[in-house]
Amino acid sequence: MNLSVRSRSCIGMGSDDIKEGGKGLVKDITIRIDDKEISAPSGSTILEVAKANGFYIPTLCHLDGLTDIGACRMCVVSVGGKIVTSCTTKITEGMEVITNSDRLAELRRLNLELIFAERNHVCSMCVSNNHCELQDLACDLGMQHVEVPYAYPRLSIDATHPKFIVDHNRCILCGRCVRVCAEVEGAHVWGIAGRGRETLVITELGIDWGDAETCTDCGKCVEVCPTGAIVEKGKAAAEMEKHPQLVTTLKERREND
Amino acid sequence: MTKVRVATVWFSGCAGCHMSFLDLDELLIDLAERIEIVKSPVVDTKAFPENVDVTLIEGAIGNEEHYELVREIRARSKIVIALGDCAVTGNVPAMRNGIPVKEILEGVYGKERTTNGTIPTEVVPALLDRVRPVHEVIHVDYFLHGCPPPAAVIGKALLALLDGKTPELTGRELKFG
Repeated sequence: MNLSVRSRSCIGMGSDDIKEGGKGLVKDITIRIDDKEISAPSGSTILEVAKANGFYIPTLCHLDGLTDIGACRMCVVSVGGKIVTSCTTKITEGMEVITNSDRLAELRRLNLELIFAERNHVCSMCVSNNHCELQDLACDLGMQHVEVPYAYPRLSIDATHPKFIVDHNRCILCGRCVRVCAEVEGAHVWGIAGRGRETLVITELGIDWGDAETCTDCGKCVEVCPTGAIVEKGKAAAEMEKHPQLVTTLKERREND
Repeated sequence: MTKVRVATVWFSGCAGCHMSFLDLDELLIDLAERIEIVKSPVVDTKAFPENVDVTLIEGAIGNEEHYELVREIRARSKIVIALGDCAVTGNVPAMRNGIPVKEILEGVYGKERTTNGTIPTEVVPALLDRVRPVHEVIHVDYFLHGCPPPAAVIGKALLALLDGKTPELTGRELKFG
């Protein structure tokens, strides 16, 4: 993928992208990641460069093909001692990035625990059990248990759509559904309402999904949702397998046309 | 050789973790030569014994009896292991959290039920306001994830402890659910 011509649609991204995204303006700049000197096109994010060079940075809300918004905070790295989200931070000349340290591991693990504690994630009875990016990340980061107290919020399930369900108990507010619906499907059905722990993903202006006439029933939100929050109807525990890479492929093919 | 004194207890859970323990199959024979089960749902001992080396706790802390007993267990056990998702996270029993206990009892024992509205208050311990994972009540030394934890994970952890080592569980061995 040529990072320099990668177009980015609207949400949360400033005009810098457009200026730097034009052909001819891109130049390679040199940064240092964990003591390795790397040359990469300007306009790239730390995450893009790190991944392309084989560094592991945990992510949840990031999906290749969607605009990065830094929602989940899992991809934090240290840049000159400052903690930043690598998915939304562009590289600059001479930048020194640390992708792994005791402090970063601690921050990521605490962040992950907070994500688990915020909603009601009950893996054993979830349709996405064994196929869940949140569950996988807990394994990858070696989360032994959740030290922070669980919040146990009482949240609703919207099963009004004929094919799909949204279960807010399992939502991590990554915003992939919002982004895929706006940027790839162009339907803008999904949005985010409320603040802090009251935040919810909503369909249209907070009406039942089944009444949302702008929904095209395409199911892209289902495929990209990293947990069992947005799922197909009729699935029992552990039966829901998703394919977020379909959206990545779709986006790449459109850009190559 | 003195046998290692092992206890297993069963709080708010389905007994599936104990079933998984029994799924160790022939390893149980080897274990039987090295450990002695001093307290368990399958051992006829009433009180929790003193000087236990390792206690495996299945289930979350859901009622007053659990809450009392788990602290006694901590005081009498050198090593405490949270066995399975209910003990580690609260899992299914904790799904009642967020719903007032009164509402739950009326839903289960209400007038339209066969108990004709009689909510039991004697003999059975009172429910806690909310179900808690074990580590919210006492210090837990090791956590075995899974619903239930695979027998291989239980075996690996026990064998490591018997050899005086720290159980090193990684990757999918740490999977919840």
